[in-house]
Amino acid sequence: MDLFLQRVFDAITNGSTYALIAVAMVLIFKATTLINFAQGEQAILGAFAVLQLWYWGIPMWGAVIIGMLFSAVLAAGLERVFIRKFDPADHLPLVIITLGLFLVINAIAAIVWRFDPQSFPQLFPSGNAFTYNNVRLTWYSIFAFGSCVLVLVVFQTLLTKTKIGLAFRAVSSNLESSRLSGIKIGPTLQFGWALAAAAGTLGASIYAANPVLQIEPSMMLRALIFSVTAAALGGLDSLWGALIGGLTIGFVQSVVVQYIPFIPNEMSLSAAVVVLLIVLTLRPSGVLGTKAVERV
Amino acid sequence: MTTPLLRVERLEARYGPVQVLHGIALSVYEKEIVVVLGANGAGKTTVLRSISGMVETSGLIEIGGESIKKLNPSEIVRRGVAHVPQGRGTFPELTVEENLKVGAFIRSDKDISNDIETCYESYPVLYERRTQTAGSLSGGEQQMLAVSRALMSRPQLLLMDEPSLGLAPQIVEDLFARFVTMNQDQGTTMLIVEQNAQLALDIAGRAYVLESGEITLEGQAEELAKDDAIRRAYLGA
Repeated sequence: MDLFLQRVFDAITNGSTYALIAVAMVLIFKATTLINFAQGEQAILGAFAVLQLWYWGIPMWGAVIIGMLFSAVLAAGLERVFIRKFDPADHLPLVIITLGLFLVINAIAAIVWRFDPQSFPQLFPSGNAFTYNNVRLTWYSIFAFGSCVLVLVVFQTLLTKTKIGLAFRAVSSNLESSRLSGIKIGPTLQFGWALAAAAGTLGASIYAANPVLQIEPSMMLRALIFSVTAAALGGLDSLWGALIGGLTIGFVQSVVVQYIPFIPNEMSLSAAVVVLLIVLTLRPSGVLGTKAVERV
Repeated sequence: MTTPLLRVERLEARYGPVQVLHGIALSVYEKEIVVVLGANGAGKTTVLRSISGMVETSGLIEIGGESIKKLNPSEIVRRGVAHVPQGRGTFPELTVEENLKVGAFIRSDKDISNDIETCYESYPVLYERRTQTAGSLSGGEQQMLAVSRALMSRPQLLLMDEPSLGLAPQIVEDLFARFVTMNQDQGTTMLIVEQNAQLALDIAGRAYVLESGEITLEGQAEELAKDDAIRRAYLGA
């Protein structure tokens, strides 16, 4: 039982960070039905920027906020330069562009910050919030989860209560009628890219601040796969689905591998994908995703 | 003669290598209902999309005497042109009320909620369903919502692309009756493209017939309704 509980707590820790990257992807997917494969790399670049700012003496949380702004501005620029000139309805060129961005950003991060893992300063109080026998719930887990929920609440509010949020949802729902209602499509999607990148940077910073991990340019590679899986599992167009998806993937990763001995630890990635397959077979649009509705 | 609200001259439009409109001319005066009749593929939708700035065109398009040719769709809406596109003019994932708010996107005045109230008074069913998603409405209700959405921008000119498409006959009649009321009560100017010639000619003042991208006939709706060629082609007589 203790072991199980511990695994659940581990799941929350990992799941929350996957969810933050997944939320970023969901946001862009909602608007464009495009999966931004560069999301994880944009996030790690943001996290490196945070680290750099901290090296320069800026307090950690200040660095995180500046890093989020930096990656938002960068993403807005990327959208303007590489994405906007393409037809949003034609996905293949866009997918290739995001894959290209993935490679380029990864290379830039590696050139500037090298491949050697570096330790990332703590974002949250260290130590355990709760211990019982051998079960430990760290403050890190609680704050990681809390940050994720906070981001979701902020996004939810932005999307439902503000004019730009409404425009963003209108664009995701019907591109043509949005245009005909006077919404400027480009800047609206750009807003989505910026918001997604800020969330991604927060996610990557929290991920790197995990006391058991160190930051290095390829660290998001694995997280990216878990995050895409999480996003698809929760429903690619559902913000809260991303959290459910993230937690589920975290859970599968830690629990299944613990209890099903014939699955070696190295296979935890595949286990997550198998769960995704099962869920999507039963619910093709994910746990909370909107079913495709078409008027006949 | 007064300046028409909408004036189109020598309008040509093409999709890639295919030329769809071959130099058409039409005009709509304030408070008029003008209808463009035509079969599938005649270019009716393209006429409206050209006016809204959704396709590349050459020729002249003026609103109130000013050219709107170089403007993009979001600027054209701000010049007072609202467009209800064919079939799917709503935002299915958004609630009815949010649809109306998107319609008012270009406005920042304080009357928006008043206009939403007015819309609910004309269409009580939209009030009942204000928190439901537009996608859950019936076809007729969606069309009402699409029209209301367009009206929320307080347009000078309302463009409607086959409002009757896919709707049951009595719903179409009801919808068209509402267009007449809107036209008489609020003086809403409308340019409607339709295949349903009977009803369209009933409510329109003037009409144009579009065939293969050219205007082949134009005149008072009453007279066109008596025209033998029209009766054979569109009225099944």
